[in-house]
Amino acid sequence: MYKYDNYDQAMVDARVAEFRDQVKRRLAGEMTEDQFKPLRLMNGLYLQLHAYMLRVAIPYGTLDSRQMRMLAHIARKYDRDYGHFTTRQNIQYNWIKLEECGDLLEELASVEMHAIQTSGNCIRNISSDQYAGAAADEVTDPRPWAELLRQWSTFHPEFSYLPRKFKIAVIASPEDRAAMRLHDIGLELVKKDGELGARVFVGGGMGRTPMIAPEINSFVKADDLLSYIEACLRVYNRYGRRDNIYKARIKILVHEIGADAYRAQVEEEFAHVKALGIDPPLAELERIAVFFDLPEPIQSEVRHSREGGDPSPDHSIDAIVQEIDSRLRGGDDWGAFETWVKQNVKPHKAPGYAIVNISLKPIGGIPGDASSSQMEVMADLAEKYGFDELRVTHAQNIVLPHVAKRDLYTVWQALSEAGLANANLDLISDIIACPGLDYCSLANARSIPVAQKISKRFGNLDRQRDLGELKLKISGCINACGHHHAGHIGILGVDRKGVENYQLTFGGSGAQDVSIGKIIGPGFDEDGVVDAVEKATEVYTRLREGEERFIDTYRRVGLEPFKEAIYG
Amino acid sequence: MVEPAQGGAWPRYRDDEVAEQPSVTLDAFLDQSNAGAVRLEPDDDARRLIPHLGRLSLIEIAFPKYRDGRGYSSARILREAGYIGELRAQGDVLVDQIAFMRRCGFDSFAPEGSLNPEAVERALAVYPHAYQGAADGAQAIWKLRHG
Ligand code: HEM
Ligand code: SF4
Repeated sequence: MYKYDNYDQAMVDARVAEFRDQVKRRLAGEMTEDQFKPLRLMNGLYLQLHAYMLRVAIPYGTLDSRQMRMLAHIARKYDRDYGHFTTRQNIQYNWIKLEECGDLLEELASVEMHAIQTSGNCIRNISSDQYAGAAADEVTDPRPWAELLRQWSTFHPEFSYLPRKFKIAVIASPEDRAAMRLHDIGLELVKKDGELGARVFVGGGMGRTPMIAPEINSFVKADDLLSYIEACLRVYNRYGRRDNIYKARIKILVHEIGADAYRAQVEEEFAHVKALGIDPPLAELERIAVFFDLPEPIQSEVRHSREGGDPSPDHSIDAIVQEIDSRLRGGDDWGAFETWVKQNVKPHKAPGYAIVNISLKPIGGIPGDASSSQMEVMADLAEKYGFDELRVTHAQNIVLPHVAKRDLYTVWQALSEAGLANANLDLISDIIACPGLDYCSLANARSIPVAQKISKRFGNLDRQRDLGELKLKISGCINACGHHHAGHIGILGVDRKGVENYQLTFGGSGAQDVSIGKIIGPGFDEDGVVDAVEKATEVYTRLREGEERFIDTYRRVGLEPFKEAIYG
Repeated sequence: MVEPAQGGAWPRYRDDEVAEQPSVTLDAFLDQSNAGAVRLEPDDDARRLIPHLGRLSLIEIAFPKYRDGRGYSSARILREAGYIGELRAQGDVLVDQIAFMRRCGFDSFAPEGSLNPEAVERALAVYPHAYQGAADGAQAIWKLRHG
């Protein structure tokens, strides 16, 4: 994991001192709320329906046990004993008192954390693949690149008053686990002639006009990257629309002028920016990369398996199950454990290790919420069995990326005791949901209760596993914080003449088969939408062929059979 | 730093005389003119001034709303093109923007409201370093790291 040096720490400390002073002036009445608003927004502090909400950055979703414990401590001391992990790999606290913000940020800074640029029209927290460093299919660990971008974008003097917020994702695997092409800029690291570089996609996003980012450059070299991104941003800052907040994202600019014209402008700007010398030498990327080196025991295993002449180690889950100590098989809990392994554990690049997904989606719970004590359990497990690393996923779950296979059972037991062994990763109850009308001042409808009802309706795990991978995502309004456009099934809350109403969309995906869901017809009330989802799953089980997932069947047979069953 | 006055621009971080001429619009400047001062609106293309930078002593960049950040790019483009005359931010300029504006190359300010000198000084002193190169010559942190 990256460790701050004195420079990094000095920058964050400076921010805390500055904000403490601003809060003091606000509380003393030296500033109006109007004057204070842009300042607090730069520190991730929103005023919501009931209280202040604070969004804390978790850069590229990576944290260690000390930081997770701090998040737990903050939830306990400054909030109501829980926190909410978000779709941008951050954490939000919903009940924060302004007077305490300075202390809170200072405590965060003591573990190298902050709320910088988690709101406002600036470059936001950089997101990445939650399996970075552990995934067998990656060409490199994307996080050093994300850290390079984090530093470059922090307090960027030219890009802090952009037309609108700006989100960047970095991945390095053909499998996209970070909804990369639904970001303002998506980077996919690739190798060309032995050299690492980035494919650059610009102009994706959700909101009211969802768009998939087109490729703007097929290969930008590592030591040109910051210049290239700076050029991308400068074109946007100059020509992005500022007349209408709903048309201000970069996707609208790229769409209106066309990817080719945008690319040409970026190339022209790049030729100019490149001469300024703003790109750090490769030595800086290397300096950062060292922090992300795999722990030594894992490294030596990866080396060993490469040299050992085993050209294709069996990375399947069945192989993992096979390897688990046979003495466990007789136990009462074997079935539950085996199910959890099959559903929530993923292959690791080192043969003796596995990736553990901790689902924050208990049946009937609030997606993404974790209590302080649950956070502490996860921190303890990471420290004892996971080389001190945790990740937050965009699907609002937590990952222990490096767990030895021999420890899986112990880890599972501890998770079970803490109510964290929900074996539903990527199943229909692994729902992404935004806070909706329960917290959010922009909401048209509640999202959380709908998520809870669906999760209960499909509570039976065998039924869920029979339905297989089915990504269901819910937003309480068209801002699409809940990624409904990218749901195999998406649910969007709308306001119909003062009544909460829910529209259904089918066919979206945030993965490498990226697509935007389509509205299937008239909306439903809360119970109606749950019924409609159930009917859709029945159509799927009737029509599926072979190994097809819900979305595959939908793509093959089209909307009609679903419509007939739902509205028929 | 000197106290107010100075042709309405304060704070100002230059030792030379304040330009006497009133600034003209970009179109007017490109049309005629022997004017030595020009004013850019947010949607003016700063690059159109590049052939003429040598005879300009003041470029004023308008910020009708502080949220409209186009002027930051205009400023950097002009400095990157070698402009060394006065670069002034005019309009809805608040104390919290001054530090970023300085980094983008502005060296004088004509805010609509008044600025508290103490607050300006404090704002400029907040950050000990900068993560990225810009127009102010500050060494980016990566440069400090790699000597
Ligand atoms: C309790 C209140 C709120 C919560 C919990 C919430 C949560 C979220 C989350 C988790 C995201 C994605 C993460 C991110 O942008 O960092 C998001 C995105 C978004 N939020 Fe919110 N939000 C809240 C209030 C707001 C407010 C006050 C605004 C606007 C002033 C807003 C507008 C949006 C929009 C437009 C997106 C779209 C994302 C995109 O297109 O990239 N939300 N929100
Ligand atoms: S989608 Fe709408 S309701 Fe949900 S958090 Fe975002 S702004 Fe709020």
